[in-house]
Amino acid sequence: MSKPYNNKAWLFVLPVFVLVAISAIIPLMTVVNYSVQDTFGNNVFYWAGTEWFTEVLHSSRFHDALGRNLLFSAIILTIEIPLGICIALTLPKKGIWVPVCLILMALPLLIPWNVVGTIWQVFGRADIGLLGNTLSKLGVDYNYATNVFDAWATIIVMDVWHWTSLVVLLCYAGLVSIPEAYYQAARIDGASKWKVFRYIQLPKIKRVLLIAVLLRFMDSFMIYTEPFVLTGGGPGNSTTFLSIDLVKTAIGQFDLGPAAAMSIIYFLIVLLLSWVFYTVMENYGAEKQDPRVEQD
Amino acid sequence: MNLSWMAWTTPTATFFLTILGLLSLMCIWEAIKPGGGPRVGILRFETTRGDRLFLSLLGSAFINLAWLGLIGSNLWWALGVSLIYAVLVFSFV
Repeated sequence: MSKPYNNKAWLFVLPVFVLVAISAIIPLMTVVNYSVQDTFGNNVFYWAGTEWFTEVLHSSRFHDALGRNLLFSAIILTIEIPLGICIALTLPKKGIWVPVCLILMALPLLIPWNVVGTIWQVFGRADIGLLGNTLSKLGVDYNYATNVFDAWATIIVMDVWHWTSLVVLLCYAGLVSIPEAYYQAARIDGASKWKVFRYIQLPKIKRVLLIAVLLRFMDSFMIYTEPFVLTGGGPGNSTTFLSIDLVKTAIGQFDLGPAAAMSIIYFLIVLLLSWVFYTVMENYGAEKQDPRVEQD
Repeated sequence: MNLSWMAWTTPTATFFLTILGLLSLMCIWEAIKPGGGPRVGILRFETTRGDRLFLSLLGSAFINLAWLGLIGSNLWWALGVSLIYAVLVFSFV
């Protein structure tokens, strides 16, 4: 029997489409227009063709910033996703500790990005900061403003502190939605904790985990405020990520054409990697379901 | 309405009109043959014709960027490669 289609529901999407058009599509079109022109202000533009794209694609500054961004996102995903799952598994499922744990987990998410950067900037200072001062008293030569490794370590720990909670809350929501019958069946079969996780919990939280991976990838790949407040892209250019480089080019140097070309390449990379993550996670372990099973 | 701040040019307007035309064609195709034409192709997972258009456009963008970065600024050849790529995506993916 063929499935009936009702396209009238699309009308309900229209208001959202208008909002997205104003907030995203029109600015994106403007960026594309800027990327093929040069300007010195006052709405006067000169045709430049693909010159800015060629310049950006051959720029070692762009390659370095892209490399740093990819490395940063890889480290962040490697730490935050397993850590978030582990914490979510240890959280209580019922009782009075549930709201306490959830509120504690949600606290870092409520702090604005620039405030997070400032907190860690003070926290890491050797003269007045708790972390910096403690480390220097322990004899550790720690200075995020002059040492590349310290700067990277501080930014990574700061991001893990700020955003692991998001992964925890998403995974926790997935875990509490698993019916008790699955665990009962596992107990009857004598399944170990690992097998329960591998064959019940992990497949059941796959959807929310996909959202967590995508959100954390896109957020970490577009990170700007926290490293900008903490290190300003230094020492040298060691923590200059693509977004920081982009703002320096567009606002610092007022090179709107190259900045627009860089934005488009940046956007395409985010789009491609998000699609790859989404496709791999959506189709990983996907089983072809027998329609007769659905009916039972 | 003054849209000079958007810095429109004929080539960029043509580019966006082409995208709009492709989306309109997809809507007409969907109205004639509803359901999106899902199938499992060489990527071994199910794609609809919307997915195939997305893959064609995204792949074409990277083909053009690769051409600019590795070969030169004459993008007509890259456009030709992109069209062949799009035909392959719609045929086999």
